[in-house]
Amino acid sequence: MNWLSNFARPGLRGKKPDEARETPDNLWIKDPLSGELIYRAELEAADWVTPSGFHMRIGPDARFKMIFDEQAWQKITLPKVAADPLKFKDDKKYVDRLKSARAKVGREDCMEAGYGRIGGAHAVVLVQDFDFMGGSLGMAAGEAFIAAADAALRRKAGMVMVTASGGARMQEGILSLMQMPRTTLAIQSLREAGLPYIVVLSDPTTGGVTASYAMLGDIHIAEPNALIGFAGPRVIEQTIRQKLPEGFQRSEYLLDKGMVDLVVDRRQLKTTLSMLLTVLMHKRSSRQSDGEPIELTELAPTEAEATGQERRKSKAPRAKAAE
Amino acid sequence: MLIVRALTLGARASLRTYLDFEKPVAEIEAKIEELAALAEASGADAISQGVELSRLKAKAEKQLADIYAKLDPWQKTQVARHQDRPRFRDYVAALVTDFVELSGDRKYGEDAAILGGTGKFLGRPILAIGHEKGRTTQERLKHNFGMARPEGYRKAVRLMDLADRFSLPVVSFVDTAGAYPGIGAEERGQAEAIARSTERCLTLGVPMVAVIAGEGGSGGAIAIAAANKVLMLEHSIYSVISPEGAASILWKDSGRAKEAASAMKITAQDLAALGVIDDIIPEPTGGAHREPAKAIATVGAAVAEALDALIPLSPTDLRAQRRERFMAIGRFEADALSA
Repeated sequence: MNWLSNFARPGLRGKKPDEARETPDNLWIKDPLSGELIYRAELEAADWVTPSGFHMRIGPDARFKMIFDEQAWQKITLPKVAADPLKFKDDKKYVDRLKSARAKVGREDCMEAGYGRIGGAHAVVLVQDFDFMGGSLGMAAGEAFIAAADAALRRKAGMVMVTASGGARMQEGILSLMQMPRTTLAIQSLREAGLPYIVVLSDPTTGGVTASYAMLGDIHIAEPNALIGFAGPRVIEQTIRQKLPEGFQRSEYLLDKGMVDLVVDRRQLKTTLSMLLTVLMHKRSSRQSDGEPIELTELAPTEAEATGQERRKSKAPRAKAAE
Repeated sequence: MLIVRALTLGARASLRTYLDFEKPVAEIEAKIEELAALAEASGADAISQGVELSRLKAKAEKQLADIYAKLDPWQKTQVARHQDRPRFRDYVAALVTDFVELSGDRKYGEDAAILGGTGKFLGRPILAIGHEKGRTTQERLKHNFGMARPEGYRKAVRLMDLADRFSLPVVSFVDTAGAYPGIGAEERGQAEAIARSTERCLTLGVPMVAVIAGEGGSGGAIAIAAANKVLMLEHSIYSVISPEGAASILWKDSGRAKEAASAMKITAQDLAALGVIDDIIPEPTGGAHREPAKAIATVGAAVAEALDALIPLSPTDLRAQRRERFMAIGRFEADALSA
């Protein structure tokens, strides 16, 4: 019996409120590069890469579906955090912004974690969703990172972090800045345990996220043409008062400057991750061969994890990049 | 005679830079100077002049204390950025003997926005690191206004390696608006340099004490502030983004920085309440820039005390303490949540 058989496969089960946002989405999506209209199902089959090679922004479910073996994974329940500790308000209350983001995306915050196999290797994959308040790093995202790293540790699995973020969440002030050292500590634990931590940089990854867990991977993989940097292009232009060079802060530029190991087409991402994880985790392969049950005893899975009720139909990504 | 006096007055007045909200004090102090100069010149009625002078001085002192007792976050931002506020070099000159400044990241270059070196902190062998903003225009340019490039952070990492190898506690002074946003900085991996520097702080097997001395600006600050103990001067600020930056993102108007400063909770008092900093170091009445020597001495004593408490700990304990310290941040309502 497959170890995952306890858990539901991504399918039509477990309707969630957020599915509401799938239906009105366009059946046809415009390729931002060529302007061509592409049939949605076709785009989904191509991992949301357009015929012209444009990598559209995608959310956690689409990501899990394309990365995990047999499109099956176990959802990791992420911790709840104190809401709005600063009682922050700009034009709108932060709590209201959170509320509308939650309604829009159907998730508590910008992170979602799954556990499964990639090419047979056990891995926890944490995905940051740019659609939730620009994927900004706040307490929830920080705690999610720590929880995912902890899950990887307890399961002796590798960790794959797929980043997409505009940086720190201003509405949580210094507490979001503090997620930089906190996530760094979580990575430290993985290092000490000899578990690989692989970063997949997707468009866009900037600010405090880049200046912490996005740049501390054992291996850095970037998706083609993703914007990756510390300061945003607008800030730099304002500071130096000159136009930025073509391709500046894009994946290929970072590859050229030695900041990422490789730029990988999304359709090859799973294969690349499999090869890397199986080789990096070769010492563990004897204990973790395919099909063998995973030790879950000490984990005391939460209800959601154990029943798989949290599983839901793989959501269609938002065609944000096409706007 | 009169002209000379005016010149003397002018020279004296120019020694102090008043902030907008210090105007009432500036007026009284100008009057004091005037009276003092007059008394000096005429020599008449020294007693009544003296009485008037001490009355005015007391008034100025009280005025100043009143203003500084209730500075708002934006006023604190101005104090934190005051040009006469003690800088890294001032702290080192007063508190560190046998200081040898060390330069370069051994990879690309030298960045004077972050300085560092070995020495004895009130007698204790240490390694000091800090942002340096500089004071004169020339200095400011040399130090790039305290905004470090990757080389600055890589130098910090290199120096922390050194400290670890030779069992030297690390004392850091944070005073930066943020890491420098430029083409070269991005090209050479600003984000990676910051991430590695933060990481190095956290893996140190020696004690690390950080002092938020002026502005603690974002990632550029945390890169040398992930310490066992984080102290903060009474009127310093520490934030995820500068108030101007926040305002320009939130309202597309950096002029609303004052509002952003309030909303973000950037003062030492707020951060102590949030558990982000461990202790507030009191400043002299009117801020550290008014009596730098006194301010520096107070900082010195606070850092020395923190060091002495940490020095007996083993490398393992120090790392564990740092981990617990940072992991606890933001979990202040964890009990309420689980209940």
